[in-house]
Amino acid sequence: MEPFQNVKSIVTPLDKVNVDTDQIIPKQFLKLVQKSGFGKFLFFNWRYDENENMKSDFILNDPKYDGSKILVAGDNFGCGSSREHAVWALDDYGFSVIISSSFADIFFSNCFKNGILPISLESEIIQKLLQETNVVEVDLENQIIKTPSESISFTINSHKKKILLEGLDDIAQTFQYVDEISEFEKKSTVPSVL
Amino acid sequence: MNIVEKILARASGKSSVAPDDVVFADVDKVMMHDVSGPGVLKVFDKLKKQGIAVDKLFDPTKVWVAEDHFVPSADKLSAENIVKLSNFTKNYGIEKHFKYGMGQYGICHTLSHEQAMVMPGDVYVGGDSHTNTTGALGAFAVGLGHTDIAYVLLNGNIWFKVPETYYFKLNGKLPDHVMAKDLILKIIGEIGNDGGAYRTMQFGGSGIDDMSVESRLTLCNMTTEAGAKNGIVEPDQKVVDYLSAKGATNLNLVNGDADAEYSKIFEFESSEMEPMIAKPFSPDNTCVVGEAPSVELDKSYIGSCTGAKYEDLEAAAKVLKGRKVKIRTEVLPAAISIYQRAMENGLLKIFLDAGVTVGPPTCGACCGAHMGVLAKDEICISTTNRNFPGRMGHVESQTYLSSPMVAAASAVTGKITDPRDLK
Repeated sequence: MEPFQNVKSIVTPLDKVNVDTDQIIPKQFLKLVQKSGFGKFLFFNWRYDENENMKSDFILNDPKYDGSKILVAGDNFGCGSSREHAVWALDDYGFSVIISSSFADIFFSNCFKNGILPISLESEIIQKLLQETNVVEVDLENQIIKTPSESISFTINSHKKKILLEGLDDIAQTFQYVDEISEFEKKSTVPSVL
Repeated sequence: MNIVEKILARASGKSSVAPDDVVFADVDKVMMHDVSGPGVLKVFDKLKKQGIAVDKLFDPTKVWVAEDHFVPSADKLSAENIVKLSNFTKNYGIEKHFKYGMGQYGICHTLSHEQAMVMPGDVYVGGDSHTNTTGALGAFAVGLGHTDIAYVLLNGNIWFKVPETYYFKLNGKLPDHVMAKDLILKIIGEIGNDGGAYRTMQFGGSGIDDMSVESRLTLCNMTTEAGAKNGIVEPDQKVVDYLSAKGATNLNLVNGDADAEYSKIFEFESSEMEPMIAKPFSPDNTCVVGEAPSVELDKSYIGSCTGAKYEDLEAAAKVLKGRKVKIRTEVLPAAISIYQRAMENGLLKIFLDAGVTVGPPTCGACCGAHMGVLAKDEICISTTNRNFPGRMGHVESQTYLSSPMVAAASAVTGKITDPRDLK
């Protein structure tokens, strides 16, 4: 995983609550297991009509937001199925920060496994960010979102911050300690799996 | 400590744990299916490229695999995923692979109890959000993403933040024609679809004592729809009898201490429940059937890990016996073992006589993959667990969630119907 860098981008305002993983990536794409390419199916039913033409009224199809790396949405983002494809699709599309007033549990956890930063903020701040039209900067090291008019601080578990900044997923992180683990296992009477 | 805290303390080698503690817990059982399995393989490929050894699992005897979402293969891609999954289980020495078309197979969450794959007191993780189902046996049963499952497969453990527990005290036996599905829809309607977020939802009280194991499975299954980390019921003699009948031995029941603490206690009068539905497009958009909108239904679907256990089929058959369906209706038993009992006990005949189609066990149209998906503007009443836009087919189709009895009664009239109102 790539280390998480500061992100400077305009925000894509997705003013919806309970955005579930069926909407983020519908079931027909769950059969795909190639490493990339899920981005084009992100929010498929919202982005395309029946003939797979872009729907002009959906926010992601507004050229103004091309290249945006920050998605802002309402409460309970990522609810529903555990499909990690939802995070893969957001990542592949180009989002590296998701900001919401709350996240569903498994989705939240899946973000960190794939280098995406989910930020949880008060609903009033979300309402303000949904209106923000300028470029904002997300600074993970200092836990600050800078808009032209203010600095918004956010909280994050220190362990999760570290794995994002160092670009480690849980597995890679464990394997950083492979020598210590092997040493421990040598002394252990329990059979080793490493 | 309550039951979840006791299970996590045991699994992490600690004498006690409390909510918000972070523990590294040994995992007793791991499950993946034909969607999460190929996802896990993708994670393994990534690790291999990073030079990390992925040639051995922590313990293949603790891993089991189900084929359920895209079987019978809906197209070439899903057929290829089954081949990949089969090669994976062969290469890693996983013997418990429930294959479509070969003896016992079915929906993963149904196999977890029908085939006694999970025991009381287990830490059980699965690559699917409805893994919560199996908490009804008294296990800590949690759904994980693909990367986390890959991690568990290699290391045999994973960290958890010990969840706070919401205790739902259920008072009294459910009335006739009212099922566990009605009760859990009522609860989700009250607490909202993130009302249990990051928390354990534990069910107890006289309503649980009076409830079958299968009904408890329905409650725990739907805790996912309230955003819960897991659902759980303390195991009692009913669970012991249920699992013993399936050949399980040496059960170690874990129960909460007398002074167990809960962060919040809710009370529901289960004896006063009414048949419920959840309207489109969220499981928390509930009302009693008596206040349901008057819509013309196109389809009734009785299937899934939520609503096609033996007891569910039996309840639907009770309603359909001697009647004919007015709209197209499908019953997909959730596992072959259930299908077989339904055949032996005459339920299949009741369904066929009523004009219902009985399909093979699979997740089918529940996740909108195949086997009877909905067209634009079609309206379905379904015993499944989610009714998000497009969940069961076209994004402009609609799904009402209900109990098997309400789905069966509605099949007879073509409108959303309280089973008590059938003449």
